[in-house]
Amino acid sequence: MTLAPGLYHYLVISALLFSMGLFAVLTRRNAIGVLIGVELILNAANINFVAFSYYVTHNLGGQIFVIFVILLAAIEAAVALAIIFAIYRLFHSVELPQVNQMQG
Amino acid sequence: MGTSELLRIVAFYVFALITLVSAFIAVFYGNILRSVFALLFTLFGVAVLYLFVHADFLAATQLLIYVGGVLVLLLFGIMLTQKMIEVNIRTGRIQFFPAMLALGVMFLFLLFVIFNTQWNIQGAANFQETTSLIGRLLMTDWLLPFEVSSILLLAALVGAVSIARIRRVQQ
Repeated sequence: MTLAPGLYHYLVISALLFSMGLFAVLTRRNAIGVLIGVELILNAANINFVAFSYYVTHNLGGQIFVIFVILLAAIEAAVALAIIFAIYRLFHSVELPQVNQMQG
Repeated sequence: MGTSELLRIVAFYVFALITLVSAFIAVFYGNILRSVFALLFTLFGVAVLYLFVHADFLAATQLLIYVGGVLVLLLFGIMLTQKMIEVNIRTGRIQFFPAMLALGVMFLFLLFVIFNTQWNIQGAANFQETTSLIGRLLMTDWLLPFEVSSILLLAALVGAVSIARIRRVQQ
């Protein structure tokens, strides 16, 4: 591992982002905090795709994959926020431990 | 090593640090509004990291969609669902120590995998003008996923509206 940025630097950055995103998903009480964690995880995956496309495979397939992942992240954020609004109207809160009953 | 090369290396580390520190703040800070603003810097830092591997189109896309779209959506979500005036918008944590364990184990496992794999590193690629190349690839090799994703966008649009709309009580 040399000083100049290489594949390993990107992989380590992405591993750190992924672990922190996982932590946010597991610990946040607020539903929007969980969404932030999901965005971090997706960004970690994107960094890996771009780094492998540049240092290993030398074709643009990785970058195109990242475009689709960004698209899916945007869709996921929109739908998740719609669900959060619906939950907020039902429970008057977006704290996940309080959302503990289904309509029956 | 020339001055410009040195400058490039220093800039890489600066932006990597910005990305990681702001991600740390976004995850560990109690105030949810501040974590969204920290996420802004994380996403910006990731966009700059894309530039270092010649992914200029992706960097622009990241700024436009994540910073311009997703982050604004998250801010709207916070402002519409938190009673900001009455209660402060700090949020607590659940299951802190199991999650800390999961973080540590996952990170060490990833490090183990990263440094124990023989990556087939070919050296830096020579990408030029990725925008036009990506455009060509999307219209040829990746046409089907491209079209499917447009249908997916439409479905998500309709789905999000129908979930979020206020239903009249039937009586």
